[in-house]
Amino acid sequence: MQTQANPFQHRQSTVRFLESLASGTIRVGTYLVLLAAACIFLTIGYKGAQTVFTPHWPFVNTEFFTEKPSTLYVFEWEGKKVEMSDDRFRAFKAAHKVEDIPAETYAHSAGGILPCIVGTALLVLGSMTIALVLGVSSAIYLSEYSRDWWLLRLIRLAIMNLAGVPSIVFGLFGFALFVGYFKWNVSLMAGWFTLAFMVLPVVITSAEEALKAVPQGFREGSLALGATQWQTIRTNVLPYAIPGILTSSILGIARVAGETAPILFTAAYVVLDRYPWQVAKWTDFFFQPVQALPYHIYVVSSKIPQNEYTERMQYGTAFVFLALVMLISLGSVILRIRLRHKLKW
Amino acid sequence: MDETLKTAPPEAVAPASIEIDHLDFFYGDHQALFDINLAMPAHKVTALIGPSGCGKSTLLRCLNRMNDLVPVARIGHGQVRIHGTDIYGPNVDPIELRKRVGMVFQKSNPFPKSIYENVIYGLRIQGRTKRSDLDEVVERSLRQAALWDEVKDRLHESGLGLSGGQQQRLCIARAIAVEPEIILMDEPCSALDPIATSKVEELIFELKKLYTIVIVTHNMQQAGRCSDLTAFFYLGKLIEMDRTEKLFTNPAEKQTEDYITGRFG
Repeated sequence: MQTQANPFQHRQSTVRFLESLASGTIRVGTYLVLLAAACIFLTIGYKGAQTVFTPHWPFVNTEFFTEKPSTLYVFEWEGKKVEMSDDRFRAFKAAHKVEDIPAETYAHSAGGILPCIVGTALLVLGSMTIALVLGVSSAIYLSEYSRDWWLLRLIRLAIMNLAGVPSIVFGLFGFALFVGYFKWNVSLMAGWFTLAFMVLPVVITSAEEALKAVPQGFREGSLALGATQWQTIRTNVLPYAIPGILTSSILGIARVAGETAPILFTAAYVVLDRYPWQVAKWTDFFFQPVQALPYHIYVVSSKIPQNEYTERMQYGTAFVFLALVMLISLGSVILRIRLRHKLKW
Repeated sequence: MDETLKTAPPEAVAPASIEIDHLDFFYGDHQALFDINLAMPAHKVTALIGPSGCGKSTLLRCLNRMNDLVPVARIGHGQVRIHGTDIYGPNVDPIELRKRVGMVFQKSNPFPKSIYENVIYGLRIQGRTKRSDLDEVVERSLRQAALWDEVKDRLHESGLGLSGGQQQRLCIARAIAVEPEIILMDEPCSALDPIATSKVEELIFELKKLYTIVIVTHNMQQAGRCSDLTAFFYLGKLIEMDRTEKLFTNPAEKQTEDYITGRFG
């Protein structure tokens, strides 16, 4: 019996050629992105790990996490090259009863970054609180209460435009309004509000999306039972929107933690001799400047002479910074998953 | 022993009758209802039938002012009176109105809460917190909704775990928990299978002893089975209203006859 020729046999054609060309290009493009990401993370990971971790117990460079940045002194002592931070160098001189030892000094290349970590954490906490309160309120107003009229369209346009404003402009705005006009000086408060205004568009837009994703039936069912609008929102809309709002605030957190420009004139100092909790009155807490990780990276990378000692600081700080942002994001993701699990429909 | 006591109807639910008087209704510039005149007697089931887009759901939503939620919706002319009170009058609070006029939606919409919390939602928002009261209401409402035996052992599980028919009966239980006088049903069986549908229909038959019921339906057999009165709508106009068996066996209007015999719609 004669077998029939396979009608589904592969044939060469222009269409087939274009198909493989297109899919090949798309694939290469994706791999290039992956490669770029890997380069960035591996460089920072590799170089940063040398600063952050130590080859001996406790395997973590505790000095880096528990001290302030200080000046590095490098000098010869009994034929060996010794590196020491400012404080230790002074103690060393006193202990050996020498007036002076000729040493090379490198600014910001010794000590640690504790004040920067604390400062960034404070900036993120405060500004996200403000942004969430203002943003969720606006989103509730826009999606639940307001009706479509010209003012609403104007508000939406304003929010969209706000999202497109470069962060340095927010910095200038914060400097003019909070630092200058309100006389808050360079302070946590000024930084909080500047950063909060910067992420507001993201928070509002995504909180609105999250509210819109709650089925209309929940609202109608509640209103039909004689609930007021606020009762409906509080008990039957907002709880189910919170996981979505949290998801979006993850993006906000990464942005608030990472931006340098908005805090450049409003909240950040290059160096401070006190920790944020060392204040005379509790009200001073809100009106003190802070150090911050992104600003510290900026300073050690471009504001001081570069050498092998500053490089350790740069990559160490970048490493800690990345790890911190990832940790915060991870926390939000876990929180969101747990809430989702509890409030599923 | 307590069985009879607990299933006894709540004392003195005064039935209301609804009168609709020359009602014109608009969505923006589009007129959805034209000069509707209709009276719905107490303790009867009134069915609203007609093809899609004929205004029957709109009319239903006029009765508890759910149309207030649609920004462009407005009453052009006419009145809706419940107990003789114009519900669009200046001193009427839609919140209070909706406590007396309950609603069951086309798509069952239990809240993502426990069965128990679903039933007492209306009481919670009224600020009632006494546990024994709430327990009693839950049992009474679920019994009235013919759901008690199926869910009594899992009151604290999610309402979303129930089947479609059970969810719809849970929504009915939730509506009757606040002891309304009128229950509006917007195609309550359109998403249910025949067995669940017949359960809801039996329930409607039972519930009319206690409540005045208005039901919108696409299903003419359903209107025939469970309603006392039927109103036929077409293109925003009330074509005919009569006792159900009269309307289905001997309609006065040609359009009604064409529709119920399936010649259009």
